[in-house]
Amino acid sequence: MTDKSRLNEDEERLRTLLLQGLGGDSVAYHAFLKELSRRLRGFFRRRLTGLPDEVEDLVQECLIAIHNQRQTYDARQPLTAWVHAIAKYKLVDLMRRRARHDLLNDPLDDEMDFATPSDDEASDARRDVGELLDRLPDRQRLPIVHTKLEGLSIAETAQLTGMSESAVKVGVHRGLKALAALIRGE
Amino acid sequence: MKTDDLVMLLAAGEGPVPSHAAARRFAPALGLGMLVAGLMMVGLLGVRPDLAEAARLPMFWVKLGYVAILAVVSLMAVLRLSRPGVRLDKVPAALVASVLSMWVLAAFVLIHAEPAQRMGMVFGNTWKECPSLIAMLSLPIFAATLWAMRGLAPTRLKWAGAAAGFLSGSMGAVIYSLHCPNLDAPFIGTWYLLGILIPTLVGALLGPRLLRW
Repeated sequence: MTDKSRLNEDEERLRTLLLQGLGGDSVAYHAFLKELSRRLRGFFRRRLTGLPDEVEDLVQECLIAIHNQRQTYDARQPLTAWVHAIAKYKLVDLMRRRARHDLLNDPLDDEMDFATPSDDEASDARRDVGELLDRLPDRQRLPIVHTKLEGLSIAETAQLTGMSESAVKVGVHRGLKALAALIRGE
Repeated sequence: MKTDDLVMLLAAGEGPVPSHAAARRFAPALGLGMLVAGLMMVGLLGVRPDLAEAARLPMFWVKLGYVAILAVVSLMAVLRLSRPGVRLDKVPAALVASVLSMWVLAAFVLIHAEPAQRMGMVFGNTWKECPSLIAMLSLPIFAATLWAMRGLAPTRLKWAGAAAGFLSGSMGAVIYSLHCPNLDAPFIGTWYLLGILIPTLVGALLGPRLLRW
């Protein structure tokens, strides 16, 4: 099998998983995100050789961004183009943020680069998304915790929190957007 | 939180995603923006009193068609720039061709006009107010377009902002043309375009800040 046809097959498989996920199949969607995180890690690791600590943070930021904007994927469009545009956008955004930050804070820790070991495994993210989640208001945090971490249904969450079912759905949606904003430092 | 746990969190408990995200976002936004701009025009400027007579002149429809085409083409640019990884393809060329065709018409009209009338055809008697009034009418549409884009995922923010400005400028010009008494091609090719370019420039400047996600 040629490299090209293997690439096409990979793209087709990943695209099918995403489309099934968009249709409501959460098992397929989970598989899509998991495979995507592996590819994003490789993509960012190759481009952030001087900043290995940023890789996992950026992978996570990208995953949340892709999840939040997943409705913008058009089935007629190559998946690679869509994912690549988002990953590149997030990479450039990180560089801009760092440039602004470095103007204010002299990056004195450069010499520490000697000590940074090279790593092949997924390292831990430095920023803890779980902690950021705790900073969300209850009307967003509780729907996310109950429906996504504890596996309750929308109806069960509504009953438990006294919120309406639509408020639970809105809470999850807005909460994940707010989480993305916290990650961007807004 | 480890990345695998985050993946688990994101995938858990998600239902189907409604399709046609862009249409569901842009249709109400542009509808409302046009409505507000229309009310502003009627309330602040007034519809031209001789609209019924003007509507019998072909040039009235050429003018309206011209700004409507600019709006349609720039809407295509806005829709493409709102989604990651979608190319603009021939949209910029179509926009340039539309502008050029009005300039060709303007040149034709000027060449065939009496020399004494040429200045009047370019400046009309409303050239001073035309661009700023178009820019003013574009404001509600500009805000609505940016709101719609913020619900999607533009990745080239300067261009996305500029396209949003051009779209709102052209839609503002569609509404303004129901007030504006001037029908000369040289006037439209100059001052209408300038009015559209004001929000375009503002959009290019504000895009990177307002459209970030």
